[in-house]
Amino acid sequence: MSNFYGVGVPPEDPEKRDKEDSIKREELATEVSEHAPSDQLEERVENAIELKEIEGLSQGRIVFRRFVRHTGAMISLTVLFLVVVLAFSSIGIDALGLHLRGWWKWEYTLPHNIVNGAHPTLSLIPQWLGGSGISLGDHPFGQDEVGHDTFAQVMRGMQQSLMILFVVGLVSTAVGTIIGAVAGYFRGRLDQLLMRLTDVVIIVPLILLAAVIGRTFQNSGSFLLAVVLGLLIWTSLARLVRGEVLTLREREFVDAAKVAGASSWRIMFRHILPNAIGVIIVSATLTMSAAILLETGLSFLGFGVQFPDVSLGKLISDYSASFNTRPWLFWWPGSFIVIIALSINFIGDGLRDAFDPRQKRLLNRSARAAKSAAREKAANAGA
Amino acid sequence: MSATPQARSSDAPILKVTDLGVDFWVDGTWYPAAIGMNYEVRPGEVLAIVGESGSGKSSSSMALLGLLPPNGRVTGSIRLKGRELAGLPLNKLRNVRGKDVAVIFQEPMTAMNPVYTIGFQIVEALRTQLSMSPTEAKDRAIELLTMVEMPSPESTFNKYPHQLSGGQRQRAMIAMSISCDPVLLIADEPTTALDVTVQAEILDLMRNLRTRLNSAIVLITHDMGVVADLADNIIVMKDGVIVESGTVEGVFSDPQHPYTQQLLAAVPHLGTGEAIVTEALLEAEKTNAAPVLSLKDVVIEYPKHGRIPAFRAVDGVNLDIYPGEVVGLVGESGSGKTTIGRASIGLIPIHEGSLSINGRDISSATDKEMRAHRRYTGIVFQDPGSSLNPRMPIGQSIGEPILLAREAKGKDLDRRVEQLLDEVELPRSFRNRYPHELSGGQRQRVGIARALALRPPVLIADEPTSALDVSVQARFLDLLQELQAQLQFACLFISHDLAVVDVLAHRIAVMHKGKLVEQGTKEEILRNPKDPYTQRLIAAVPLPDPVAQRERRANRSTSRG
Repeated sequence: MSNFYGVGVPPEDPEKRDKEDSIKREELATEVSEHAPSDQLEERVENAIELKEIEGLSQGRIVFRRFVRHTGAMISLTVLFLVVVLAFSSIGIDALGLHLRGWWKWEYTLPHNIVNGAHPTLSLIPQWLGGSGISLGDHPFGQDEVGHDTFAQVMRGMQQSLMILFVVGLVSTAVGTIIGAVAGYFRGRLDQLLMRLTDVVIIVPLILLAAVIGRTFQNSGSFLLAVVLGLLIWTSLARLVRGEVLTLREREFVDAAKVAGASSWRIMFRHILPNAIGVIIVSATLTMSAAILLETGLSFLGFGVQFPDVSLGKLISDYSASFNTRPWLFWWPGSFIVIIALSINFIGDGLRDAFDPRQKRLLNRSARAAKSAAREKAANAGA
Repeated sequence: MSATPQARSSDAPILKVTDLGVDFWVDGTWYPAAIGMNYEVRPGEVLAIVGESGSGKSSSSMALLGLLPPNGRVTGSIRLKGRELAGLPLNKLRNVRGKDVAVIFQEPMTAMNPVYTIGFQIVEALRTQLSMSPTEAKDRAIELLTMVEMPSPESTFNKYPHQLSGGQRQRAMIAMSISCDPVLLIADEPTTALDVTVQAEILDLMRNLRTRLNSAIVLITHDMGVVADLADNIIVMKDGVIVESGTVEGVFSDPQHPYTQQLLAAVPHLGTGEAIVTEALLEAEKTNAAPVLSLKDVVIEYPKHGRIPAFRAVDGVNLDIYPGEVVGLVGESGSGKTTIGRASIGLIPIHEGSLSINGRDISSATDKEMRAHRRYTGIVFQDPGSSLNPRMPIGQSIGEPILLAREAKGKDLDRRVEQLLDEVELPRSFRNRYPHELSGGQRQRVGIARALALRPPVLIADEPTSALDVSVQARFLDLLQELQAQLQFACLFISHDLAVVDVLAHRIAVMHKGKLVEQGTKEEILRNPKDPYTQRLIAAVPLPDPVAQRERRANRSTSRG
């Protein structure tokens, strides 16, 4: 029986407990400070650990430390890094005038002799378990009906998709954040102007505009396509950021920063935007996932990445018909899309938690133990 | 009503609480919020429960009605007119709430539903508890509004909460809570959100009502002046335990427990403060120095916004502050005192007149000139929770003015921040903490450290203690005084609390509706106020002494006729 009345009233006790122990802390603090700074100075020279505790850390360094401690984000970052390395080292780089050959033997553009009935030759079950041993074989991910090597195609598709993903994410987040922040912070006529511009971009059908532009720049490669896509899908983020900035700019800490002599840009980027980072990151990760789909749609309509070049989305849409006969053509690109999207979402989560000082759960047990030990030490030193 | 009739009848107690304990389930353990409380309240009696935030005074009282969050539990016995309330099922408890026991909340704006009219809300309360026809209920509601001395009750019936002033809202709230003739009224800080003059009116009203209704009142407050004004008995709580209880006269004249003594000592008494006379002030007087902050015929307007016409918040104010001097600026909320403070640091442009800091006129300064000029002023904001960037470590917040003034960076900046933390008596390790990890008092110290980072000759303190408990407030005022003696800055101290201003200020200026009605030395204003508004303001401050307060009240009612 936790509560026999059980009536919903806003919970007040965690706050109170917070207050209570902060009062205790205050008592402790006055105790510490009574023991004058002079002997504290000597102690600091003696004790390197304490020096570390007192050392001033900038916001950026604290956020970085918290991010590094976030297990999920670190695992995802590693996975994403490995995926990127795999994609770019296997079939090499052929862009920006660079022509580096990778370690994979087949070209993604050319058909090859069909091996093993085009089934994947990858085998992961060791011999002592009754399998055929761990080996890659000639075409580990299988082949399509013409004989294209699926592994090479998936790797090339990943290169394209990753590039589009990051460029779109970066461009749209940067544009959306800056336009939203400027509109929300300066308000007035500038706000009106920027928001009407946003409205104009919103009302034009995205697919149509992207198709026209994609057609125009068809021969300039998919990098330009990605930039153009990024320049089209920043609108929702701009709206969200503007709303957030409108409420944050009325808080007193903005006035305090103004009094301290901060310029408008500093207030916007150092004071307001870190408080809006949750919205920005959630929106950016969603945008990046949406970019894959958008690129797929465009490629399907024939305006995006063009044959013989491939992207993950294009692979899936091309081979969707052969799902029943040759499922591997569908599964490999699909699972890589899932891996990439999941990693990005986890990294976004980690970033958001690292920026939010109230988020405590990401401190793992050893870090928490170290922290409490340091605090005890400070208390002992003061007493 | 001339004097309080001591309605200490020999009736059976209305409320009898024995061994009441309240615990909260947090992170796998029970945290006690109140332990082993025993008290009783008789009809017509006012019991004050006093303590700092976190002492368990609110949660133990909310437990009487079962208004605890789902992770709370209650032990012990609560008897209302001999009937056990603890362990009562929700549907039976609902009949007790509102009908037998009513609550007056602290913030009438949030306790009332903004989308319904006052009348609708009172009628609703009436009709759920007593079976009444709508017309009967309406008549009764208007009668209640008349009873709480609401101006023009008929038209108020159809008004929405936002159309009323703070005091009127609190009256409506009281009308709603007494609608079903409750035998017990729980008043949770009923006057904290109100101005002193309005507070005095509400306290008068509550005193009238208790004799008229003969119900028992449990008054939860941290304001000793309110206790002395209204209560018969008092309970002092600390960390969930009752440390002292007795009659108000007894406890105020002879407090037994050290905590009660400390609490009473921390209450600033009007007319006993002694401002430190700084060397800078003496020298300024000797050499006839120019004022550091000077306002001449200043008019500040909030511009027209759509259909809302321009609002003149400050009208023709003249005020000079000399080096090393502390000037207290008092007035009700909405009187324009905060506007003056914000204009003085250049956050609000002034419409007419001139405002100069350190001899330089800033009334028509460009943004760039203003930025260079800001180092001569510092400001401590009212709400320590909102004035620090929640995503920035304390050390960086304090160091920002220094960094932006290009005075120091890197290791030098670190040293300056350490020095500032030492000055405001916070441990140096706090620099890596975030604001939410600090208590209100500590945050306000950080606010001072930031305001004083560039050693400005003028400090604007905008109600810096209004969000703090009495004992924390006392410590904060001590610190401010120490720093002032040490650094010799001039200070414009804005407050609605005359007693707080009295502790610090050399001179006091009184504002009313955007105009400066009176200014002079502290003695002139407090002992011999000339303006009728100042007189009313001083008379409205409740004295933290029951005997003196009763005399004052008698004087006030005779003077009013």
